[in-house]
Amino acid sequence: MMKFGILINEGPYTHQASDTAYLFAKAAIEKGHKVNRVFFYHDGVYNSSRLTEPPQDDRHIVNRWQKLAKEHHIDLVVCVAAALRRGIKDENLQEGFRISGLGQLIEAGIQSDRLVTFGD
Amino acid sequence: MSEATGGIHMEEGGGGKIKKFLYLNRKAPYGTIYALESLEVVLIAAAFDQDVSLAFIDDGVYQIVKGQHTKGIDVKNFSPTFRALEGYDIEKLYVEKESMEARSLKETDFLVPVKVVNAAEMADIMQSQDVVLSF
Repeated sequence: MMKFGILINEGPYTHQASDTAYLFAKAAIEKGHKVNRVFFYHDGVYNSSRLTEPPQDDRHIVNRWQKLAKEHHIDLVVCVAAALRRGIKDENLQEGFRISGLGQLIEAGIQSDRLVTFGD
Repeated sequence: MSEATGGIHMEEGGGGKIKKFLYLNRKAPYGTIYALESLEVVLIAAAFDQDVSLAFIDDGVYQIVKGQHTKGIDVKNFSPTFRALEGYDIEKLYVEKESMEARSLKETDFLVPVKVVNAAEMADIMQSQDVVLSF
């Protein structure tokens, strides 16, 4: 069993980073590994917007993270500095995510066996 | 401290794990926000008493070039912050020789002391880390 931390640096839909990270997290959990924390940075903070409304026949990237996190106790952390810069605040943050400091990313690096980055 | 660490109080001294963190800077300082937000992580990381190194490859080498003027693009010139890293005990800065030379830069063009290493040596540096954060 391995403990994974995940860093997502790109926003949803424009870039595949969040999709790949999600599929990685799901596959790791299915193999019996643990995903402790997903940290959203740079445009990755947009993965937490409660206002996200994709077409009905498309995947809902935000809600998909929310569901996976709830089922497997994953800590979804959105960087406060990156979020405020881009208009993400508690008032439009999806339930299941939390806004906190960059220290949470460093902590994920310290506490995980592997910290895996998804982005450009 | 609690703000820097997001409210989590890390164990200090013998109880805390010290890992080797490498911040790999690959992108030009302006044009995208990656370089600036990478530097923000480095500054926060300094509060965690980890073993921190920075590496500059590809267009990332431009981040530490002397004499940056950003007035024309109305973006903050954050390059002086690299000079402050020494005060945080962050003194291991590596520049990849091939990236530097491909851009006609020399060691004296940088605003902080760096160690110039070739691509193979850079690979060894990356290999020796616990955590590599690539921006």
